[in-house]
Amino acid sequence: MALDDLKTKDFAFVGTRPNRPDGLDKVTGRAKFGADAYAPGMLHGAILRSPHAHARILRIDTSKAEALKDVKAVVTRADFSDKVPFEPGLEGEFWNVLENVMAGDKALYDGHAVAAVAATSALAARDALKLIEVEYEILPHVTDVDKAMLADAPVIREGAADYSVPEGMHPNVVRMHESGHGDVAAGFAEADLVVEDHFTTEATHQGYIEPHACLATLGMDGKGELWCCTQGHWIVQKTCAALLGIETANLRVTASEIGGGFGGKTTVFIEPVALALSRKANKPVKLVMSRSEVFRATGPTASASMDIKIGMKKDGTITAAEGIFRLQGGAFPGGPAEFTAMCAFAPYSLSNVRQVGYDVMTNRPKQAAYRAPGSPMAAFAVESVIDELCNQLGLDPIEVRLKNASREGTKASYGPRFQQIGLVQTLEAAKAHPHLSAPLKPGQGRGISCGFWFNHGGETSVSLALSEDGSAQVMVGTPDIGGSRASMALMAAEVLGIPYDNIRVTIADTATLGYNDVSHGSRVTYASGLATIKAARHAVEKLCERAAKKWGIPVDAVKWENGCAVPSGPNAGDFDPLPLADITANMGQTGGPISGHFEATPEGAGVSFATHIVDAEVDPETGKTRVVRYTVIQDAGKAIHPTYVEGQFQGGAAQGIGWALNEEYIYGEDGRLQNSVFLDYRIPVASDLPMIDTVIVEVPNPGHPFGVRGVGETSICPPLAAIANAVSAAAGVRMRNLPMSPPRILSALKADG
Amino acid sequence: MNYHSPASFAEASRIAADASGITRFLAGGTDVLVQLRADIVTPDTLIDIKKIPGTGEITRNADGSWTLGVAVPGAELGEHTGLVADWPGVVEAMNLVGSTQVQGRATLTGNLCNGSPAADSVPAMVAASMTATVTGPDGNRIVAVQYIPTGPGKTSLAKGELVSALHIPARGENAGDAYLRFIPRSEMDIAVVGCAVNLRLDGDTVVEARVSLGAVAPTVLLVEDAAAAIIGSTLDDAALDRLASAASAACKPINDKRGTIEFRTEVAGVLAKRVARIAYARAKGEIIKGHHG
Repeated sequence: MALDDLKTKDFAFVGTRPNRPDGLDKVTGRAKFGADAYAPGMLHGAILRSPHAHARILRIDTSKAEALKDVKAVVTRADFSDKVPFEPGLEGEFWNVLENVMAGDKALYDGHAVAAVAATSALAARDALKLIEVEYEILPHVTDVDKAMLADAPVIREGAADYSVPEGMHPNVVRMHESGHGDVAAGFAEADLVVEDHFTTEATHQGYIEPHACLATLGMDGKGELWCCTQGHWIVQKTCAALLGIETANLRVTASEIGGGFGGKTTVFIEPVALALSRKANKPVKLVMSRSEVFRATGPTASASMDIKIGMKKDGTITAAEGIFRLQGGAFPGGPAEFTAMCAFAPYSLSNVRQVGYDVMTNRPKQAAYRAPGSPMAAFAVESVIDELCNQLGLDPIEVRLKNASREGTKASYGPRFQQIGLVQTLEAAKAHPHLSAPLKPGQGRGISCGFWFNHGGETSVSLALSEDGSAQVMVGTPDIGGSRASMALMAAEVLGIPYDNIRVTIADTATLGYNDVSHGSRVTYASGLATIKAARHAVEKLCERAAKKWGIPVDAVKWENGCAVPSGPNAGDFDPLPLADITANMGQTGGPISGHFEATPEGAGVSFATHIVDAEVDPETGKTRVVRYTVIQDAGKAIHPTYVEGQFQGGAAQGIGWALNEEYIYGEDGRLQNSVFLDYRIPVASDLPMIDTVIVEVPNPGHPFGVRGVGETSICPPLAAIANAVSAAAGVRMRNLPMSPPRILSALKADG
Repeated sequence: MNYHSPASFAEASRIAADASGITRFLAGGTDVLVQLRADIVTPDTLIDIKKIPGTGEITRNADGSWTLGVAVPGAELGEHTGLVADWPGVVEAMNLVGSTQVQGRATLTGNLCNGSPAADSVPAMVAASMTATVTGPDGNRIVAVQYIPTGPGKTSLAKGELVSALHIPARGENAGDAYLRFIPRSEMDIAVVGCAVNLRLDGDTVVEARVSLGAVAPTVLLVEDAAAAIIGSTLDDAALDRLASAASAACKPINDKRGTIEFRTEVAGVLAKRVARIAYARAKGEIIKGHHG
């Protein structure tokens, strides 16, 4: 059997569009999300949060709250492990997370948790918080990335910088990345035109509809159960165990259905707090965040301040490119400065390139991953400058990108050589798309942009068990945030040769499957998909063994075809095909249950590129923008379930439209977040969006058995730049700061005269 | 918290007059319940007035004027063809509040008494010269709606007083009203600037006008200079420019998360022109459907 061959065509199931397996539950309200769990005797938790951006906690008096009859436990930092070591940079990430979920000596941002209560009702818990007295010494604060790097900026935390930061930088600069190749000075000297410009983006929230919610039980025997909405329950298990000082295996974590994550649910916020409350009260504790808490205390993405310099010849050849990227990631290390720097110039084959990234701390919430963390802002800055170069040199933006595009064998701006990639194919598809040649109305402008994301493999375990009736259950460990149960079932169906509807895919809890990395990095269809295929092939090997045994021929004389064991050739013997269900019907008597397993850390994720085309219309009297047409073209390697792939393309574009036009974290002079509700944090509503057209390009990824590349993140990389280029064209003035809100556009129009 | 559902406004007034602490009247609840849930205001006394007879009714009086019950939701205003024909501006302003779901509950009276300078329906009500019956311990009085809100979250209603009905004058001939607001999105948002115009024509000439602005001062403004700018004109470009200047000049906005002083001042003038054109066209008999943005 040649089971490891790369299969890229003649699929029976892959590439079809069956109904989603979780569809009925979700449209009927039967699906259980984070806040849908209840337990006998359950208490309700609530968290007291700092109203100050930066303050020393001098004293916390919880006695009045504890005296209430309805209050069963109050916790502060003292109720968590004191064995979590502080280390610089990301080395001490458990400490960083602990410090974030419950403040230690200082409150580091508006919304930072300082204490928590468990009471017999949610209302009682909320009211009990008002009785906790906290004495603060208010300290100077900083929320802007550029100001946080100035010499006189308040220091968030001494000793947080790691080895990568050169001497003499402000202690708020905690990590630095520098990479590139060639000689940029020589490259700029060769250019006919050099454009240098400065760009900023604001922090935006992932904006998932479901606030964080969990139900925690931690008994006096040190054994715990945790139900929560998360993108990865093994990291929740590992982190909570460390923060509570218990053994990992003694905490079982089950992932609920998830109402969106987009990277923001790859860490913990309330889960360790609920466990600490439960341990103290000896009762189950449910904790559900309000939307305001989600905005104030969970991760938005980083804000950015960026300088870009690119040189170009008259024929469109880029001679050199340089970028400096300052990422503000809140009061902890982790702003994705290295990703921003590494992604910035990745779409282009450059002889001379240099990129520098700084990870900077401020008095804001700890940033969390948000869909291709760091890449969209880089593309905004770089692709705006390329657009400006094209405008000034009178060059076609698609042709210039094609001329400089990274291809197979290109030495990437961030180091390695690209394998088989699909950027050129997305650009060619853009060139051929009717959108690109459609006429624009007065007041409208068109923008294009490319975007890049690495994609990820990660630790993965999958088990597949066959039932007597020939149906199959697949246990995966990656929460389904984008339709992965459907995709896993399609891939398993393809290998087993049984119908999609006969396969049920379940997200297993931490006690029933080996370790799985988080659903992030666009890794699930790639890595869990690969593991599902291999687990199914493992089961097929066993099915073939049973057939060989029955027929009395060697196992290598049996192959698997269309759901049946068949002799591998005329010499193997003359036997009728043996269907899967005939083998499983009596598997208990022929050797026992048949299951397949696969565990690995696959390394061949395959990078991904996209090209977006946007038409925008600007009202010159009010500065209001409308996106009137949008086309996403992206390389998916192989689209397992094309509807879900299109959904990912559209979702990235929709979130990009919000980020580009109206979403932003707005801080007052007092360092408090001004817009912690959806009324004033303006994500797009349905009527703000045009129909987002999609084109799936398929350049197979050699690292996946069916050629899959992750698609979830690349789709948000080009929108900021493509929209900015369209708006700049429509308004007749270059927009360098996001969001391009109406006041900002009107002010730019006025300044332009 | 004590919850009451009186059978008459006199009873409601008595309960409110006798109550101590924080009192809130509950009609649609789209502000009161939101504030309660968000832990912004927890009333000691909650008086549900929507069970009082007549509060859900829309009445066209013999003289062509209208009486609106205090619990009539926006959705019912929008579905009332007679009211929409007479006062499209008032109805479109109310219909911009919140979402479809919110429209099933939210009321004009609540929007007025919530005291928000950015309330969408209030400029339209002011431009339409609407009045309110206020019931209090001493009986009823009639007040122009523009005098009810006195600042963000504040009203001129005394302890024990509540609005018990709203009144719109008879529409009369050759007249039209309109409302537009500026929001960065297309719906589900709060006005950065709102503007209502109500005018009457004699032939092509504007003979009566009222211009009102929202979200540019601590209360909704009735801008007499803006009205004067178009009275006597045929709404020619010069008159529209004068209107825009007068509207902008009347603004006393603040810089906040929703907009800057410069932006609000500029856009008030832009909106005033656009709204006046719609009101003018309606006065001419054109049917222009409400905007949802």
